Amino acid sequence: MIGQSISFWILAVVSVVAALLVVSLQNVFRAALALILCFLVIAGIYILLSAEFLAVVQILIYVGAISVIIILAIMMTREFQHGSPTNKLRVPALLVAIIFLGIVLFAVTNTTWHISGAGPVVPVTNALADKLFGGGGYILPVEIAGLLLLAAVIGAIILVRDRK
Amino acid sequence: MTIGLNHYLILSAVLFTIGLYGVLSKRNAIIILMCIEIMLNAVNIAMAAFSRYIVPGELTGQVFAIFILVVAAAEAAVGVAIIMRIYRNRQTIDADKIDLMKW
Repeated sequence: MIGQSISFWILAVVSVVAALLVVSLQNVFRAALALILCFLVIAGIYILLSAEFLAVVQILIYVGAISVIIILAIMMTREFQHGSPTNKLRVPALLVAIIFLGIVLFAVTNTTWHISGAGPVVPVTNALADKLFGGGGYILPVEIAGLLLLAAVIGAIILVRDRK
Repeated sequence: MTIGLNHYLILSAVLFTIGLYGVLSKRNAIIILMCIEIMLNAVNIAMAAFSRYIVPGELTGQVFAIFILVVAAAEAAVGVAIIMRIYRNRQTIDADKIDLMKW
């Protein structure tokens, strides 16, 4: 139990610091590297929540695919010598963000959650597959998600294609 | 002090707030995209935490997190494609200078 607390605090602090680096670093490429660190640490948080499948998928998709896409976009656009400037709404944005955080923290700490004492499902992957593909489960949303990915890929190809 | 649901929810709220601040205040479109990814990740943490602590046997939160992940991947692909198209047409991805549709 104490190990779980220690690892939670380490992961939480590292993820918040990495996210702060993403919004504060002036070098866009370093901000992308901080973003990858943030994704990796969040995978660790999923493991703490005994969601191993989610952790592995997080590493595969976020650390593997999305970060590569973002770094590719940074390389393809020569914008990064301009750094990561803020617009003139910086102070109002900070204010809105802090007010939002206050409201959410108030809501979270003042709600009595019905915590279930049951342990997590082990192993989680089989149960998750049953949920996703089994009868009465989420098979229709899974198919729709596949269709959405197909549409996104076709849309991305059409957007970046050169019209001759 | 044992780690409970509130810890994960507060972590999620803090990450979401950082992402929100970045989306609202940054001018580089790629940084805005990265901050949106942080926000989606924060929501996923909340989903997984609810799934673990409220209904541990149901896994509904994890299923939703997987769908959010799929949508995030699609969003990143289309977003980067749009950014690259804008860069090719206008030689900039500064969100303040992309104001063609502003009145």
